[in-house]
Amino acid sequence: MNRVYLDYNATTPVEPAVLDAMLPYLSAEFGNASSIHSPGQRARAAVETARDQVAVLIGARPQEIVFTSGGTESDNHAVFGVAQSLLAVRSSSPSSALHIITSTIEHEAVLNTCQALEKQGVAVADLAVNREGVVDPESVRRALRPETVLITIMHANNELGTIQPLEEIGRIASEADVYFHTDAVQSAGKVLIDVNALAVDLLSISGHKFYAPKGIGALYIRSGTRLQQLLYGGHHQRGFRPGTENVAGIAGLGKAAELARLSLGEDAKRVSALRDKLEKGLLERVPQSLVSGARAPRTPNTTNLMFPGLEGEALVIALDLQGLACSVGAACSSGAVEPSHVLTAIGLSQEEAKSSLRFSLGRHTTAAEIDFALDAIPAAVAKLRDLSPTYRKEAAASKVSQ
Amino acid sequence: MSTAAQFETLPRHAEVQRGLVAVAMSGGVDSSTVAAVLQQQSRPVVGLTMQLWNQRRLPELQGARPAQHRCCSLDDVYDAKRVAQHLNFPHYVVNFEEQFEQHVVRPFVDQYLAGRTPIACTNCNTDVKFEPLLRMARQIGAERLATGHYARIRHNEQTGRWELLRARDGSKDQSYFLWGLSQEQLSRSEFPLGELTKDEVRALARRVNLPVAEKPESMELCFVPNGNYAQFIEVYSQSAGITLGTGEGEIVTEDGKVVGRHNGVHQFTIGQRKGLGFAAGKPLYVLSIDPEKNRVVVGDDDALRSTSFAIENVNWVSCENPVRPIRANVKIRHKHEPAPATIEPLSTATARVLFDTPQRAITRGQGAVFYDNDRVLAGGWIR
Repeated sequence: MNRVYLDYNATTPVEPAVLDAMLPYLSAEFGNASSIHSPGQRARAAVETARDQVAVLIGARPQEIVFTSGGTESDNHAVFGVAQSLLAVRSSSPSSALHIITSTIEHEAVLNTCQALEKQGVAVADLAVNREGVVDPESVRRALRPETVLITIMHANNELGTIQPLEEIGRIASEADVYFHTDAVQSAGKVLIDVNALAVDLLSISGHKFYAPKGIGALYIRSGTRLQQLLYGGHHQRGFRPGTENVAGIAGLGKAAELARLSLGEDAKRVSALRDKLEKGLLERVPQSLVSGARAPRTPNTTNLMFPGLEGEALVIALDLQGLACSVGAACSSGAVEPSHVLTAIGLSQEEAKSSLRFSLGRHTTAAEIDFALDAIPAAVAKLRDLSPTYRKEAAASKVSQ
Repeated sequence: MSTAAQFETLPRHAEVQRGLVAVAMSGGVDSSTVAAVLQQQSRPVVGLTMQLWNQRRLPELQGARPAQHRCCSLDDVYDAKRVAQHLNFPHYVVNFEEQFEQHVVRPFVDQYLAGRTPIACTNCNTDVKFEPLLRMARQIGAERLATGHYARIRHNEQTGRWELLRARDGSKDQSYFLWGLSQEQLSRSEFPLGELTKDEVRALARRVNLPVAEKPESMELCFVPNGNYAQFIEVYSQSAGITLGTGEGEIVTEDGKVVGRHNGVHQFTIGQRKGLGFAAGKPLYVLSIDPEKNRVVVGDDDALRSTSFAIENVNWVSCENPVRPIRANVKIRHKHEPAPATIEPLSTATARVLFDTPQRAITRGQGAVFYDNDRVLAGGWIR
């Protein structure tokens, strides 16, 4: 069976060169990067090389990079870290004296961390986005309060690919002297990132979204940022993140960052051409289909299409059985699908959200795969709509009204 | 019987079916064995597990210890996944929470509050499993849906109708819960366990080393894992914004004498004796429930018996709507032994049933199913 993978926003395969960079540290070079001896020193060297590579990818200094277990930990560390450090300093004042600004389209790693802080009394402003899935910087400015301590707005949205105006938000944060965090998990390796141009103080990345393995990520922490540590243990990574370093994972992340930096422009050009072909082809071949977030700046690899009159869940399964992998909504713990909070946040109804599918392309997507998708998807949509009682009723009604 | 022979006892029409078949998998031994049986017939299988109810929605109902057989518990979903992995066929979890609440949970609560005693499983079969789930099965490319029900389907060449029959294993028969299926639904459904006994199913499950072969059966209503309906109705009503009436009311005898008080009519079902909450000189049973007056009427066992009742939403399954009265054995609850009766059709969807001899506790909201030997002729809701 054909195996076409159009779900690179969920995860990516480990690049062979990345695997090569990792393998020595899983066997011969197994040293602990904190050890004093030579094997330990060689492991340390690998970690520091990777730190350089990650720093270069985002325009940071190496000492500003902390390795973590992935995007979720980085987000937790950033948001909890800022809030807790301020709570520790202002132990006399209640936690209600803190205010955090975020958006309604953030990843759960940010949303639920903010919610946890809310339960501790921290005030949280969830900024609405426009229909294209973009936060208005002016709404950030309006939401500012004297007690605002953190703005956390993602860089690129995972469902829509829409890129947020971080430069403007960064300026607002700087002027207000408020910490600014961004979840760049979906943009790292896809679009240029410069922590200084964006004026961010904290930035989360995750290895497996750009061809490094799962279980490794990083948090950029601008020098001078007061951040409470999340985990307690030894003095690894300047005490910011205790725990024996995952040397192989870190080496892989470094290599992936280097590869991303070198091929970013070329990848973006090639992938966006394929994405546009898929998007345009589906809009032509599937009646009444629509793209969400199409008028906003987007990551080159992502498109979110609505096919009214069907259950996206059924379409994803039907396509998977034909060998095409894509994504719908948010997976709950059982694996069942719930409507995406991002799609309802941009104003889609529950029904519209449920009929929306995300296709995300990657470095290994080929033109032949897009051709396969352009055959398989319209046929599957037609079959689903044919069996949908609501769609048939609507189609009949629209025929009568014509 | 040898296990090979057991496979040969499967319905013949199933053996000639080709094309993808979807199996509704709960994670239990029955539906898992269905998948194994179909695979043994070299049929391509896809497993679908329905996510129906989120237990976390009503945290008040969660006891100190995790319930053993919760509906849609992650354990059951993982069990279904393990079976699919073991037998190596694709499996998906599909979200039907909305449909389940709309067609099963909400009507269940509404019926109890209206003084009836509903059967959620029948609604789930008619309006969830063999409606949106069957539709999804077809949408993903399966022509038919197989379930772990103990019942049989047969195509009658003479009448052209799909007939529903009792399971070969009478003690496991579930045809009572399936009377709502239409001809279209029956034509696309398969019950591979209908010819097998529970012991044979377990033996098959063991033979193919299913990871759930020794899993105990779940008995309770899936979304009320602790079996406390009254508590569920109270907690759900509160969360759904349903007012529970006036609460406390009177328990009266047939001649209107007040003999006690109750805390809500939803706590009672016809024929119930235990839990009446007061002492009487002789055993008293619930005769009827009047939600309007918030009253429960009680009387002695004899008063519970009656011969005649009306049914609504009648679905004629294995035969056409009759125009004249017919004779059949009528079953009025899951554990009732079908009793001979005359059925007089009133309209296409209503009928009157007249038992030859009085039957105990004919209960509004339960299903009445008409049998001609093993064949399910029709069913409807007791009005």
